[in-house]
Amino acid sequence: MQQELNTGASDWPKEIYDILASYDVVQVPYVPDGGHAELIKRIHADPKMRPVSLTTEEEGIALAAGAWLGGQRSALLMQSSGVGNCVNMMSLIKACRFPLLTLVTMRGEWGEFNPWQVPMGSKTQQAFEMMDIHVLRAETAEMVGDTVRAAARMAFEGGTAVAVLLSQRLIGAKVFVK
Amino acid sequence: MTTSTPLDRRAVVARILQDRKDLVAISSLGSATYDLAAAGDHPRNFYLWGAMGGAADIGLGLAIAQPNLPVLVLMGDGEALMGMGAFATIAQQMPKNLSIVILDNGLYGETGAQASHTANATDLAAVAAACGIPETTVIEDEASLAQIAQRINATGEGPAVFVIRIDGAEQPRCLPSRDGVMLKARLRQELGFESM
Repeated sequence: MQQELNTGASDWPKEIYDILASYDVVQVPYVPDGGHAELIKRIHADPKMRPVSLTTEEEGIALAAGAWLGGQRSALLMQSSGVGNCVNMMSLIKACRFPLLTLVTMRGEWGEFNPWQVPMGSKTQQAFEMMDIHVLRAETAEMVGDTVRAAARMAFEGGTAVAVLLSQRLIGAKVFVK
Repeated sequence: MTTSTPLDRRAVVARILQDRKDLVAISSLGSATYDLAAAGDHPRNFYLWGAMGGAADIGLGLAIAQPNLPVLVLMGDGEALMGMGAFATIAQQMPKNLSIVILDNGLYGETGAQASHTANATDLAAVAAACGIPETTVIEDEASLAQIAQRINATGEGPAVFVIRIDGAEQPRCLPSRDGVMLKARLRQELGFESM
């Protein structure tokens, strides 16, 4: 069903997992996405991490705030289409100056077959920036580690709200076959 | 068992919080925040002034991070309706130290007392139960409040949702701080963490 059109050969999901572990991230709220599937599997396999499956992405923003109030680090995983769902909830992050680390797999920007993904995918970065969430972007597999590490450092050591966009070119466009 | 006169929200909140010790309380925007403030400001209170639909998930994140602390989320029926998915998420996580108290008057009191979905159709305790919350109770009488007070201060019994039927009377507003940065810092410091 899902073929890889990407060129990245490195195991970037493992790299992300290692960085989250090294930063003592515990709570990992997520709405599943194909691009995050391997990372989600690794998080479920780690007894020190707490995956939290959500019904909608905005729950994850609120959960991240609660985790931080209780002294625990979190990373929110979602797909670009979910970012729009979070917009008002990001008021919580801004009004209370909570740190945030969210890792977003992109749809609707590179070889996208499904036009319904394009409206939100093409405005994902703006949606974050509208709510003053700092955006970093990884275009290639080689960029993932450095970018996620930089974001984690800004979030957990600097108290900044940061989103990392993992490009569709990196993830690989989903190919629908009849 | 029931006296069937709807309860006074301020009296309910004051009663269930009267014996609080290490409890952390989060309140949803609007009347629940005023009720929590009216019961007495406390460094373990976290008042929401926005983020509607997120109160229960804030409580969940905190309950997971601090499993030995009782965590209460106090909310209105409008907040519960906007964040219904949280019941399903909480049922996946089963935090033993999280209670949700819904003050249900079937009204959007903050915006002109429009009827909410609970006024004639939706049963939030049944919604929570159907989502998998193991303990859900509807309270209509004052006599049950002592038990709720005890329950919300306990940890180790699994997540619970209490729907308390209150009257629709408008109460004088009791406005706590709206400074989210201060409220965050105050609670974190109270729990032993640095303010940021």
